This record gives sequence, C-alpha cells and structure tokens, in this order.
Amino acid sequence: MQLNKTLKALLVALPVMTLAACSSSSSVDESAANQNNGANASQSGSNVEVNTLTPEQAAAEKLQQKYEALRQEQIVYFDFDKSSIRGQYAELLQAHADFLVKNPSVKVLIEGHADERGTPEYNIALGESRGKSVAKYLQSLGVSDSQISVVSYGEEKPMVKSRTEEAFAKNRRAVLVY
Amino acid sequence: MLKRFKVLLVCLVLSIQNYAFAALEIVITEGVDSARPIAIVPFKFEGVGELPMQLSDVIAADLTRSGKFKPLSFADLPQLPSTDEDIDYDAWVSKGVEAVLVGSITQQPGGRYLVKYELIDVIRAQITGGETRMMTNGQLMKSQDHIQESRQSIINEAGFRSYAHQISDVVYESLTGEKGAFRTKIAYVIVRENTDKPYQLVVADYDGYNEQVLLRSNEPLMSPAWSPDGTKLAYVTFENRQSQIVMQDLYTGKRDIITSYPGINGAPQFSPDGTKLLIVLSKDAGGATEVYLLDLKTRKETRLTKHRSIDTEPSWHPNGKEIVYTSERGGNAQIYKLNLQTGRSKRATFDGDMNLAGSITPDGKQLVMVNRTLGKYHIAKKELNSGLFQVLTRTRLDESPSIAPNGSMIMYSTLYNNKQVLALVSMDGRFKARLPVTDGQVKAPAWSPFLQ
Repeated sequence: MQLNKTLKALLVALPVMTLAACSSSSSVDESAANQNNGANASQSGSNVEVNTLTPEQAAAEKLQQKYEALRQEQIVYFDFDKSSIRGQYAELLQAHADFLVKNPSVKVLIEGHADERGTPEYNIALGESRGKSVAKYLQSLGVSDSQISVVSYGEEKPMVKSRTEEAFAKNRRAVLVY
Repeated sequence: MLKRFKVLLVCLVLSIQNYAFAALEIVITEGVDSARPIAIVPFKFEGVGELPMQLSDVIAADLTRSGKFKPLSFADLPQLPSTDEDIDYDAWVSKGVEAVLVGSITQQPGGRYLVKYELIDVIRAQITGGETRMMTNGQLMKSQDHIQESRQSIINEAGFRSYAHQISDVVYESLTGEKGAFRTKIAYVIVRENTDKPYQLVVADYDGYNEQVLLRSNEPLMSPAWSPDGTKLAYVTFENRQSQIVMQDLYTGKRDIITSYPGINGAPQFSPDGTKLLIVLSKDAGGATEVYLLDLKTRKETRLTKHRSIDTEPSWHPNGKEIVYTSERGGNAQIYKLNLQTGRSKRATFDGDMNLAGSITPDGKQLVMVNRTLGKYHIAKKELNSGLFQVLTRTRLDESPSIAPNGSMIMYSTLYNNKQVLALVSMDGRFKARLPVTDGQVKAPAWSPFLQ
C-alpha cells in the first residue's frame, strides 16, 4: 500500500527530476512534464535539442526505478497445502500486472515453492500449482500468457533452512523474478 | 596372568577399532527384539604388518543392520577359533548362539590376501559331535553337515570391504534362505551448502561407505532412479532453470536428456525390463500434473492419468503390468493402483489423512508409503491381501522410502538434529538404524537392484 504510493510519487517526480538535471533552465513548470509525455510535441526555441534527448533518458530511468521498487516485494506466501492467493496480495499483484501490461516485452518467471512437509514429488506439483495461481491471477489482469513462465522448485530451495512453523510459512511461496 | 592381560589388551585394541568403524548409529526402538544371536569371530590374521581391515567388523555390522541377527559382542566370545576344528561347540551353544562364523586372512606375496571362512551350525555340531556317518550309495561316509558354508578367496587390499559384504550375503542367505542385499548401492542427493555446486548426485555402498559424486550442480537435483541392470540412473535436474529428466551412464558418464517439456518433468522410474520409464509431466492443456509412460526406444510418451488434480509419484508393480501412483482426485492425496492393460485405477489406501509415494515390495505383497496422520509424516506399509496397515517409523518428516532389492529393509530420509539424514527400517518396523551423518542434507535415497 505504502509502497504503491511511493511508487506513484516517484513516477511523477522522476521525469521532473530528470528534466531538471538536463535542462539548462533553472525553472521547471508543468509543461515540462507534459513535454515528456507527448514525445514529439512541437517545441519552439532553443529547447528542442534538449527535449529530444530527455524522453529517452527518462524512460530508461523510469524502468529502472520501477524494477527496483518491484524487487522490494515480489513474494507471495501461501497457506499450508494450499495454492489459492490470499486477498492481501491483490495490490502487490496489481502493481506487477500493471507493469507487465505496460511493458509487453518484459517477461516474468514465477518460481513456485513448498515447505518440506509432504513428499518431494508432491511438493513439486504443489509448487507448480502455486506458480500457476499467480500466473492465472496476472493473466486475469490482462498480462499476456507469453510474458509469463512458471518453474516449480518444490521443497528443494527453502528460503529459510530451519524447520519451525515460521520457517515453513516463509518457504511456502511464489517468487516473481524479472 | 600374562595371558589374561594379553587377551584384555587384544580386547581393548579391537574395541577401539570397532569404534573407529562403527560410524553407523544403531537404534533398536520398539517391539520384542527378535534378532537371532550368532557369533562373528574376528578372522585370524597371519602376516606381517597391519591388517588392512578386519572383515568381521563389516560382516557383524551388516548382519546387525539387517535387523535379523544379533552378533555377540567381543567380550562375550568364549574363545577365538579360526576353523571348525578349533571350536568348542558346547561353549558356543551355552552362549545361546545358533551359528558361528570363523575364518582366517593369510598375507600372500604381491599385496594379496587369502581369506578362508566357515559358517558353523553349532547346535547341529553339538548333536553330531562335529561328525556324522551316513549311508551314501550303500557305503558309510563321513559327513560334516554342521558346516553350512566353507569358502575361500584371494583378495587385494582394495577388495576387503566388498568381500566382507559378499561373506555377509553368504551368511545371510545360508541362515535365512533369502538372498542378501549387502553388495548393493544407494544413490542419493546431498546438498552441501556453502560449497561451489552444492547439489550433488552421489552413489555409495548401501551402508554409506565409498561415496562417489557423479554430478555437482548449482541447481537442485531430484529423484534418482536405478535402471534394472544397475548401470544407469535417471534423475531430475534444474541446471537449465527448468526441470528436465536426464539419464546418466554410471560408468561412461554419458548424459542423455529424456524430457524437457515446459512445466514439470519429474519422478522417473524404470520399468522392470528397463525399456520404459514412468514419468510425470504437466505439459498438456490445463497443465495438470499427470503420469506418463515413456518408451525409451521411440522416446514417445503415453499419458496414463487424466484428472484435473495432482497425479504423481508413479512406481512399478514388480509384475510390470500395474503401477501405483499418488492422486489428489479424492480430495486428499492417496495412493491408487492402475492396471496398464485395462487403464483402470483403484484407490489402494484409506488410513490416516494422506498417503503418498507408494511402492510395492519385490514379492508384490506389500505397499510401502509415506503416511500422514495428525500432521505427522511417517513410513508405513500395507499388506495388499489382508489390508493390514502398519506405521513403521516415528522420526520426523520421514519421506522418500526405497525398498531393498530383497525386500528386507526400507531406506528413507528423515530429520535428525535438524539435518536431513538417511535411515533404515526393517520391513516389520522393529529395527531402525541411522546412516552416518555427513556434511550436508541427504535426501531422495534410491536402493540399487542386485549388482554383480
């Protein structure tokens, strides 16, 4: 929730900051941000050269910033022996879906994991079913099937190596890897 | 007095040696201890320098580990004979043993050793006085029918451990009528964290000795399975960031990718004739986890299960005509039996919350599985005819049961001191042993077929 807000603020602030850095003029107004969106908006005066460069840089940095923000939260946890997605992850997955829809060339790998209870083969199936739950959720939000792949590691790659209930809970997860 | 001191000294040295070899921690847990008392006398050494290794230590450990025998401790041996002629039968019978193994190791030129041994039925010998006369072709012949086995062989230093296992097989078969499985191997996966390429596929003697790493990987390895001729392993690798089934020749190291479909490629199991593999894939529409039969020659697979829920962990009935597998079609995971000719599945397990990873014993009579009851995972078995169900283990997170080729024991992975280790349980559940704790998490044991 809070991250989402920060993200939005960043998205607005970023091009502005970039412009400020590149522009020789010391004052930046709203029109500067608009120029950024309308890439080929005709301009007058000595700003033309600067404006043609700015959108590229801004776009690249925007992507990077978005990646970094997404990397903060890319794990969805599951209940024991379940692969349904808890309601609390709606916003997180919405953020990922928005990003993937806006960037159709970006691909995501969803890793499905299980805790150590149950047999390794069963857990491979369970991990895959968790990965696929996330994939279906993203697809329902408009993400293209071709952008998503799923791999299940079952119980083979625990995040936490102890065997307490807390550790098991941390290990029942799907991880979105860009 | 001096003699007595010498014996004591020998005892001390031997017991120290025993400790050095006793890497296996043996825990007999429940039920009446029905193991039969026998005696494995340390083989007499004739030669200079040190004996490379005392065969009797390995033999005694083998027979103890089978759960069927209880060798006398060194201190309880009434004498130290090396041939039948030296044996005081009464002394052994009074110790309650039924059989005594004696032998000698004689050093030969060129680093070779002549090993002779005899297995003596001391109860029979006590009756006959070590000699009976019987009529053969109308003539009275001397017979020594109390000597159950009398064999010899020349071995080199590297062959001691293997020859000891061979003697164990002879003794075991002679006393039980059942083929011994002491010259078999196990394949397993060990995860050595904090090392380069931590996921390792390993083959070792069944008792954990002579570990040889066949493959090291940065990504997980799973589900090793032996070909029936014991020359290949099929397993699952994630080295290419997806699961793939690979077959590897143990002697040439040649690797062959068997399947590499999107989704799951898992749980390979060779058919008894070695021509097919049962595998698990999730490639088909809907992406359910399903069991397939793959022909190794044509490399074509046939789908065997069709259900929206998880179907996995296929395993062959030794008759090659039926399989068992785990399915969630009834809600919780249970084991089902599928007839390959009719294509019909029938539920086989009903006990506890869940039953997984089923496999059928070599005699076709029992189903071994992982049972979950009240949230606890244990190894269990079910007699297929009577339906009698028995939980065999009591340790934590027991999984991956693999049955010895003679059906006497089950090897499985369990937790011990928060580490995954291998353990053994006898088919009746009375005898349990842990394999030595190694430097990593050990999982997915697969017991080899009989090897030559």
